[in-house]
Amino acid sequence: MDKNELIESLKKIVKPYIQDEAAFENLNEDTDFINDLKINSANLVDVILDVEDEFDIEIDNEAMEKMLSVKSAMAIIETKLAEK
Amino acid sequence: MTSEEIILNLPYQHPFLFVDELVTVSDNGIEGNYTFKNDEYFYKGHFKDNPITPGVILTETMAQIGVVCLGIHLMGNDISVDNKPKIALTSQAVDFYLPVYPNDKVTVISEKEYFRFNKLKCKVKMLNASNELVCRGSISGMIK
Repeated sequence: MDKNELIESLKKIVKPYIQDEAAFENLNEDTDFINDLKINSANLVDVILDVEDEFDIEIDNEAMEKMLSVKSAMAIIETKLAEK
Repeated sequence: MTSEEIILNLPYQHPFLFVDELVTVSDNGIEGNYTFKNDEYFYKGHFKDNPITPGVILTETMAQIGVVCLGIHLMGNDISVDNKPKIALTSQAVDFYLPVYPNDKVTVISEKEYFRFNKLKCKVKMLNASNELVCRGSISGMIK
């Protein structure tokens, strides 16, 4: 999966949980889930559970704590996919 | 933690504590009950001369028994007198079927959907003393 495909699937996953439409329209690697998209902490858990389902991977606590931006989410997804 | 200890660790008190007793507690779910007293503060206004338990209070009762009590059980030894649970309701969707009047006893039955990264999501239902469905829905909260 290339970077753009990965960003597109992340965009689909976060869409139901975002508050900031403008930040969502401009979503890129540097977008922060909490500060830019204004996703709350409970919905961040939903994002992570949806990522697990979408990519058939398991996110542990350590990875979860790092998963705060599009860039870090992409890195974690790529690492977990490579481990499969 | 025993049922009594779970109730003691709840961050509520009169007039906003809606848990009398926990009947069963496991890692997958919980069952408890509460009897609405005749003189609950909200009956004075809901409704004028016609006391009926507000839906938000039924939702609160389901959340206190079904999510917060279960969450305290799941947190286990992470909760103590010195480390009180910090909780926040994060979402709920509830359908209501029957009214609840003063002195009615209700039973709340909750099934855990998941507890991950401090978020507890449950399927919760409330039954009246005749075992009829009063309300049911999905409630989530964060606990740590």
